[in-house]
Amino acid sequence: MSVFQSDDPLLQVRNVTRYYGDRIGCSEVSFDLWPGEVLAIVGESGSGKTTLLNCLSTRLAPTAGAIEYRMRDGSMRNLYQLTEAERRLLMRTDWGFVHQNAAEGLRMTVSAGANVGERLMAIGDRHYGKIRSTADDWLGRVEIESDRIDDDPRSFSGGMRQRLQIARNLVTRPRLVFMDEPTGGLDVSVQARLLDLLRRLVADLGLSVVIVTHDLAVARLLSHRIMVMRHGNVIESGLTDQVLDDPREPYTQLLVSSILQV
Amino acid sequence: MAVRLYLNNVGKSFTMHLQGGAVIPVVEKVEFSVNAGECVVLGGPSGAGKSSILKMIYGNYRCDDGQILVTVDEEIVNVASAEPRDVLRLRDNTIGYVSQFLRTIPRVSAEDVVAEPLIAQGAGEEEGLETARSLLARLNVPERLWTLPPATFSGGEQQRVNIARGFIAHYPILLLDEPTASLDAANRAVVVRLVQEKKEQGVAMVGILHDQDVREEIADRIIDVTSFSADVAA
Repeated sequence: MSVFQSDDPLLQVRNVTRYYGDRIGCSEVSFDLWPGEVLAIVGESGSGKTTLLNCLSTRLAPTAGAIEYRMRDGSMRNLYQLTEAERRLLMRTDWGFVHQNAAEGLRMTVSAGANVGERLMAIGDRHYGKIRSTADDWLGRVEIESDRIDDDPRSFSGGMRQRLQIARNLVTRPRLVFMDEPTGGLDVSVQARLLDLLRRLVADLGLSVVIVTHDLAVARLLSHRIMVMRHGNVIESGLTDQVLDDPREPYTQLLVSSILQV
Repeated sequence: MAVRLYLNNVGKSFTMHLQGGAVIPVVEKVEFSVNAGECVVLGGPSGAGKSSILKMIYGNYRCDDGQILVTVDEEIVNVASAEPRDVLRLRDNTIGYVSQFLRTIPRVSAEDVVAEPLIAQGAGEEEGLETARSLLARLNVPERLWTLPPATFSGGEQQRVNIARGFIAHYPILLLDEPTASLDAANRAVVVRLVQEKKEQGVAMVGILHDQDVREEIADRIIDVTSFSADVAA
């Protein structure tokens, strides 16, 4: 994992807070994300990690705080001050979002090739032959056979759907990808294949990733840095192997000691 | 000789919150330096804190007190207070770690596992793989295994894959965490030669080596870690 050429952060998050009525979703979260860096957000259900991910990806407006993103032209922009058109363009081109449930990130009634090609058309590609060959290339990169290009994802297994969702997200060469439990609900062997694939793609493309997971093994394999959340607060953060091998907070020690050794 | 690594007043303890907040002191006031081309071996009984010191230098364990200063080109970086991304940069280019245990990654072949650190330092894929293969051959890993993922290898084979991975890249500082434990005599001799080659290249090394013969062959200096014992001082 060779990364970190740039000295400018891609994403700057300051005091992001989200309330649901008077209940806290996440509270006062601040961090910087650099190009090529993979940040894992871990914690148990209800800890606020998905709320935070949704705030970061402009799917849920924070109650307070600021999130700034470095646009392709180098300028830093407050995500919640973008126009709707700018925000949509960002989500369609410069960002990806990989959902736990692939059906949420795919169009289930159109072909695999169209699922990948659609994002290309959104950025202005019009040449059918070119779109199809790029789609075919990406299906290959996520290990889906060429002869499945015209099948729709309803006929795909869970692991294949997840790989298709990844291809759909990466085809526009995004700089930042959000992932919400991308390996959740898959068989262990399918998980291992997906993790290996993600690890390679992230390294090859130099992607920045914010990944939410409750699986510390996934965090260890994929991420450079980790944030541990509990009750909406970030209670510990740092280098992934340092936090997992030398956890400081009582809750982190509990999480780490709860892993089953195989 | 140029100082590559300097530990200044380093201290470490663990607080075990799941055991009622018990504080386990590990080491304190650790102070030593390592020059280019020198191999310093940490001595002392098991539990004296040798591994913890190595892990703090690598940034794998936090350093509670003191400084761990590393020379990078003309710059001096304090590992104890470095940002995560700076520690990762040090691990890419400055500090290598050879441990006994391979953390296998599903579906990645032995030769790719070994080549990865060299490729991360900018070598081409073919150069990386060629160097990986020659190291695997030197360490007597059978050629038929090179393209297989090491998850199913024997313990000794995995260990040798990991040694190859640890020695392949060019790090000015190399940490050796019992690289020869449970190796047979022939492979121990290979590791000794690899260490000597690193010394000739000016690499500064800190090692934990229980094997008396290997220790005598490669240690320039032995530092008794019990002198940094937190119990004694307390």
